[in-house]
Parts: sequence; C-alpha cells; structure tokens
Amino acid sequence: MSHLLEVRNLVTEFGVKLGLRAVNDVSFSLKRGKVLGLVGESGSGKSVTGFSIMGLLDRPGRVAAGRILFDGIDLATLSDGEMRRLRGKRIAMVFQDPMMTLNPVLTIGTQMIEAVLAHDPVSKEVARQRSRDALGLVGIPSPEERLSAYPHEFSGGMRQRVAIAIALLHHPDLIIADEPTTALDVTIQSQIISEFQKLTEQSNTAVIWITHDLAIVSRVADDIAVMYAGRLVEMGSVRNVLGDPRHPYTKGLIMSVPSQNRRGEPLRQILGMTPAISRLPSGCSFRTRCDRATEACAVMPDLMAEDHRAFRCFHPMTRIDA
Amino acid sequence: MTISPFPEAYEAPPEPGRLRRQVQDFLRSPAAVAGLCLIIIIVLLALFAPLISPQDPYDLTQLDILDGRLPPGSESFSGLTYYLGTDSQGRDILSGILYGLRTSLTVGILSAFAAAIIGTTVGLIAAYFGGRTESTIMRLVDLQLSFPTILMALMMLAILGKGVLNVVIALIIAEWATYARTVRGTALVEREKEYIEAARSFRLPGWRILFRHLLPNCLAPVIVIATMQVARAIGLEATLSFLGLGASVTEPSLGMLISTGYQYLLTGLYWISFFPGIALLITIVSINLVGDRLRDVLNPRNV
Amino acid sequence: MAISLIRRLIQALFVILAMTVIVFVGVSVIGNPVDILINPDANQAERLRLIAHYGLDQPLWKQYLLFLQGLMHGDFGDSFVYGRPALGLILERLPATFELAISALLIAIVVGLPLGLYAGLHPHRISSRIIMSGSILGFSLPTFWVGLMLVMVFSVELHWLPTNGRGATAEMLGVQWSFLTRDGLAHLLLPAFNLALFKTSLVLRLTRAGVQEVLPQDYIKFARAKGLADRRIIFVHVLKNLMIPLVTIIGLEFGSLIAFSVVTESIFAWPGMGKLIIDSINLLDRPVIVAYLMMMVVLFVALNFLIDVCYTLLDPRVRLDAKA
Repeated sequence: MSHLLEVRNLVTEFGVKLGLRAVNDVSFSLKRGKVLGLVGESGSGKSVTGFSIMGLLDRPGRVAAGRILFDGIDLATLSDGEMRRLRGKRIAMVFQDPMMTLNPVLTIGTQMIEAVLAHDPVSKEVARQRSRDALGLVGIPSPEERLSAYPHEFSGGMRQRVAIAIALLHHPDLIIADEPTTALDVTIQSQIISEFQKLTEQSNTAVIWITHDLAIVSRVADDIAVMYAGRLVEMGSVRNVLGDPRHPYTKGLIMSVPSQNRRGEPLRQILGMTPAISRLPSGCSFRTRCDRATEACAVMPDLMAEDHRAFRCFHPMTRIDA
Repeated sequence: MTISPFPEAYEAPPEPGRLRRQVQDFLRSPAAVAGLCLIIIIVLLALFAPLISPQDPYDLTQLDILDGRLPPGSESFSGLTYYLGTDSQGRDILSGILYGLRTSLTVGILSAFAAAIIGTTVGLIAAYFGGRTESTIMRLVDLQLSFPTILMALMMLAILGKGVLNVVIALIIAEWATYARTVRGTALVEREKEYIEAARSFRLPGWRILFRHLLPNCLAPVIVIATMQVARAIGLEATLSFLGLGASVTEPSLGMLISTGYQYLLTGLYWISFFPGIALLITIVSINLVGDRLRDVLNPRNV
Repeated sequence: MAISLIRRLIQALFVILAMTVIVFVGVSVIGNPVDILINPDANQAERLRLIAHYGLDQPLWKQYLLFLQGLMHGDFGDSFVYGRPALGLILERLPATFELAISALLIAIVVGLPLGLYAGLHPHRISSRIIMSGSILGFSLPTFWVGLMLVMVFSVELHWLPTNGRGATAEMLGVQWSFLTRDGLAHLLLPAFNLALFKTSLVLRLTRAGVQEVLPQDYIKFARAKGLADRRIIFVHVLKNLMIPLVTIIGLEFGSLIAFSVVTESIFAWPGMGKLIIDSINLLDRPVIVAYLMMMVVLFVALNFLIDVCYTLLDPRVRLDAKA
C-alpha cells in the first residue's frame, strides 16, 4: 500500500538573510488511516512542520527545500489556488488554542457554512444541514440552536469540538492536529481524544498528532517521530521507540514523564536548555546536553536505520542502558 | 493577577543603559533625525529672530505702506530685498514668519507642557488613591474627552474672549484630559507590580511611591503625547488665529499672516498665505516625525 | 439589553445637565454678562433697567433655574445681531453643516478604508509606504491652510470650481440640499474634501493598524486552513473585526467634523453653523453662542449614545454582557 503522505528532506527557513532553519532535513511518511505522533519541546520545529505541509507558514517562513508528496502530488509545487482547494477539503488542521481559533465576531454557523461552501457548490440550506450534522457528530447538544451562537458562548472544550467538526466537514484524508488538547482541562482532554480517535478511525483519516505529551502519543499514535532543534532524532513505531529508545534525548523525554518515576524519587529532567536555532552547536545539536557525547559528536550524525526504526546518534542506547 | 504576554511587563523600573539604546534606536530612522534637525533649526530661528530677520514686523515705523503686496524677490526703496514678498501693510513676509514662529512655538510648548503637568498629576492621583477620587476624576476626563479639542477651545474662547493668552488657556483646558487618562492607565498597570508592593510593604510614604516609583514609569507615554500635542497645539493656535480668535493683527503669528493673505489669494497674490503655511507645515511635520519615532522607540503600550 | 439602554440614556441626560452648569457658569460667571449684554455707552438708569430685565440682580441659583427653564422651551433669547431667536438661527443653518460633515465623512471612509486595508495587507510594498507617508502629511497639514491652497489651485488658477457658498440647492424632505444640483455639488466638492483630509488619514491609519492586529490572529490562520478564498477572509473575517473600533471612531469623528467645519465654513463661506458661531464670538452675540454650545453638547451626547448602541449590535461579546 502506497503512502498517503511522504515528506522528504523538508527544510523550512525563517529570515531571508540568516537562513534560520526551523525545520531541517525532515523526512517521514504516513499511510492512510494511521496516526503519527510528532513529538518535541516547544521550538523544536514540530508545529512549523505541520504548517509547512498546510502551506500556512507566516512570512518570512518558507519551504526552502525538500518535497511534500500528498497522494502523489508535490504540495510545494502547487499554486496558491490549487493549495487552497486542497486545504480544508483533503487536508484539515486543528489548532492548539480553541479560544483563539474561532472568529469572535462571526457565529459558529457562519464559520461552518462558509467552510462547506468553500469547497462544495451546494445551497446554503444544505451547507447548514451538513454543519448541524457535523456538530451533532462531535457531541454538541442541540446543534441547531448552537449554530447561531457566538464562540464566546462556548467553553474551551466545546470550541475545540467545533473546530474538530469543521476539520471533519469534508472527510479529509489527513488531519494535522497541533496540540489540540494542550489548552484544555485534563478531564476534557480525555473526552476529546477519545472522540477524535473514534471519528478519524471511522472515516479512515490519517492524523499527524503534534504534541509534547508522550502519554497522549502512546495512547493515540501508531508511529512516533521525535524532533529536536529542527531535526528528526528518532522515529519508529510507538511501541519500539517508547519501550526501547535509542536516542538519549528520547530517553530523557520518557524519563521526565512523572509516571515514569518512582514515588519519592526526584523527577528526572534533561539538563540545560533547548538551544535557540540561531545558536546551535556544531555537529549533533543535542551534544551539549548529552552525557554520552564524545568528540565524534562534533559531526552531525545521519539518521541510522535499524529494522523499521531510525535514530540520529553515534552512541545509541540499548535496552541494557535503561 | 493576569499573566501578561509581554515579558517586559515584568521588568522593574528602567535599567541603566536603556536610555542609550533608545537614543541609538531613535537615530536609526532618517526621517526622525531629519525632523529633529529641522526642529532645532526652527527653534534657533525663532530664538534669534530679532537678530536675523531683516525687519521688525511689530515696529510699525519700519513698515512702508508703499512696499505693500510686493511679490517675492522685490526690492524696497531702502534697498532691502523681500525674499518672500510683503503683505498688504508692507511687512516683510520672511520677518513675519520668523517672528510668527516665536508665537507659535511658545503657545505650542507652553500649553502642551502645562497640560502635561496638570494631566499627569491628576492621572497619578486618580491611579494612586483609587475609589471615589478615581471615579470622579475619570468621569470628568471621559466627559471632557467626548468633546473634540477645537470645540472645547471654542467654548473657552467664547467664555474668556479673544487673545493669545486665552488661546493658551483654552488649549490647556482642552488637552489635559488626554494625559490624565493615559497616565492613569499606565500607573494602574504599574501599581499592580511587585516593586510597588515592595515599596508599600516598606511603608514608604505615599508621595514617595507616587513620584519616585509611579511617575518615572509613566513618563514614556507622557513624552510621546506631549510631543504630538505640541504639534497639535501649534496647528490649533494657527487655526484659531486664522478664525480671528487668537493673535491680533499687530502681532503676526503664522495663522494671522495666513488669514490676512486670504483675501489677496483670490486675486492671485499667493505668497502672503503660502509661505507662512509652508513654515507651519514644516514645523508640524518635523514634530510629528519625531513623535512618531519616539512612540516606536519608547513603545508605551497605552498611547 | 433594554435596561442597559435606559441606564445609558439616564447617564446621557446627566451629562447634558452637567454641561448646562458648565456653560452657565462659564458664560454668566467667568465672562461678566453685564459687559457682554449691555452697551458700555448706556447710562446708569439704562444699565439698571437691563440688569433687572435679564434677571442679573437675582441670586445665582435663581439665574441658573431661569436659564434652565429657557433651555427647556428652546428659548435662548434673541440674537443681539439678528434680533431673532438664537435657536432658530442655529437650526436653520444646521442642514448645511450636516451636509458638509456627512460628505466629508463619506469621502474619508471611501478613500481611507481601502487605502488602509491595502497598506495593512501589504505592509512591505513601496506603495504602502507612500500611502503611510502621505497620511502623516494628511495629519500635519493644517486644515485651514489646505483649504486656502485648494481655493488657490482649483478656483483661482484652474477656474474649475467655485470658491464660496452652497450654490444652487434643491428641496428634499423640506430642507434645501446642495448635493441634489450640479451647481451645488460643484460648490460642495472643495469644502468636503478640505474637511475630509484629516479624517481620511485617521481612518486610513486606524484601518491599517486594525488589519495588522487581526491578521496574525489564530482565527485568520484557521480560516485559511479551512480553504477559504482570500477575498472572504479579508472582507468577512478581517473587516467584521475592524468594524467595531471603526464605527466607534467614525461616530466620534462625525461630531468632531461638525466642530471642525467651523474652519472650512469660514474659508468657503459655507452658510452653516460654524460660520455663524465664529461671527457670534467675534460680535459677542451671547444668546447664539450659548445656543450653539448647548446644541453641540446635545449632539455629542446623542452621538455617544448612538455609538454605544451600534457597539452593542456589532460586538457579540458586549451583547452578552448587556444581557447578564
């Protein structure tokens, strides 16, 4: 079975003169109906990767190199108009902060109906009908009335349901979910994750789930890709990577999840700070924070493949190290 | 306390070295530097008007009615060249402009600064005391600000009568509220910050907190508004003089000169109104350019 | 909603009342009415007779009540100059001023809004920078001087447009209007442009600032993620958000246009309220001054009230507050 999405050597740059690479040489692929967890700290380039695929980079950001093959089409070569017709129709996106993603001065109905009409030449009544059904699907009670409500009349969780309903309106092949539950209460988080999972499974939609929360990834994703300072450092199936990490950074991330620690022990954390992209060390970006680093790490390691997984480290960890 | 998206909101009072950075920042804009140079030149011209202007336009004995309405570049009987022409009474327009600048700048600076001092004090008092004092003051400020400056000025002139001094008073009364509102806004933000809490917990006297701690942090917006206000006051003074409510015919301000030239404009004698207008324009544009840049550099969030 | 409207209405009435006190104190106490009202050449007996006639021998609070009573009946006294009721004089010049101010406002919006939108959407283009520099000039140019230059260029030099008066008028709704006739329109053009210049710059800069504030918002990105066309994003998502501050400003500025029309009317001899008030201040025609000031107070309070109402209609968040 061929891949729905194939990202090859993607480079996204900000700043014309400095050539700051927010995303550097990132490659991964995704099959229909599968969920990829894209993990990293803030500033690691995971959201920028999502926006690069959507063609929604803010200026002066731009895709400087690489290919983004979606169902065989290279998205980077599409015109603005062609990309627009794809956006929302075949690739949808859910944003991080539901309080900010809906326009405060337009009703929910307006914002849903326009999304339907942007891609399908149907009547307003049909569009309204479909919007109402979509709201019902994500579990919003009395959807007919809610269509004429404004965003501020909804709670954060409800707004995120609306955003998900909008993303699902056209049954897209791919949804990019950029930390869709980070801004929500923990109890609501769980509900939203379950429903999102259920709906995407039903429609066989592939998902890129961008998050910094390994617990969510282990719950929703089939595969995981870990990013650090703009590069992929480890990639593979969730079970392999989380159960038996190779890269010290992945290991560090896993160890800093509270449930991984024994009671009474201090919480482990990765030493030091994430370096700014403009001030990365030469060679492996992680070596200044890594206790396994040697002189060899002054050269950037390639992604090394090992049965269905890959990592970018000269001194990979093994199960024994753990 | 809400969390501000601006990290600088957590900053304590100005750290040393900031002023230097701001000056460098200011100098990076060529338009602002040009504006500043022009302002300096204009101020110097106004200060030394008696020394450099060819004629004393206030001294009626120096005026010769036979020299009236001469076009730019004409020569008088006494061999004096009128580079910018003369008005109907034989007054040299160039001299009139130089002396007029004195009036305009004095009125502009005086009224803007007086309004700044009054407005800042009132705003600080409102923010510091809060409660009933604050709500009464802010009611008054809102009331005042719901009327445009020119209407307030007209109202005051209708009550006080005509004249330059009354124009200054009218401008002060019309403008103080802007400062009061801004200063109160800034001071309210400052009031919530930790260093004020700290100052209070040390039981520093109220006036000390007010002037040593709150005031310095409100200065940036006040400076920006005051700069813009000088330009506005100069424009308003000229407007009111043009309407015949300001300077009298014997002491030419720029607005007055433009006004007297109006009737001759229709017969094609453009210079009486034109050149004073250009002088007025250059003055106002220079000040606005500097003010615009100051706003960017000082970056007060409440202006 | 209705309750908050009524509350605002009561507030508005209080503001008017407060302003009557200020105007009364200003005119009757600070400026000595005896000097203003009575011919300095009058003999002592004549003076006393007039003081009694105007009630100036009464205690101040009684004078104020008399003043207020007059206001209630729209009676501001007769103009010293025209010998006719002051309010009538003002009211008959009101349409001319309104016509001028509305024309200027329309020009400011029609020119300023699209230019501001353009400059906000393409901030780095050279054309945008030219527009923004132009707006600084628009802010700095003294209105009255621009008026003179307009007269000089378009009337004196080019002979394209007339310099003064309203020109021919036609009747609509019982009022004479200039814009209904070709000649009147020609007369209206220069003054309206003159008055509009400053406000055009203001609308332009506000629009641009608003666009730049709205564009980076997540909801704009989300709208793009939905695959909406740029036109829809700009004209619905951006513009609807801009309308709230713009309506407020435009409402407030309409009042300021009426106040500023004083200048334009003086230059173009436009027979409106502004010209009347300047003449009255120069001639110390007290009843007309008071009538004008009170007229403006009522006008501004009414405008502020209307803006509040519009605000409630435009911003759903405020509407909810009002309900609560």
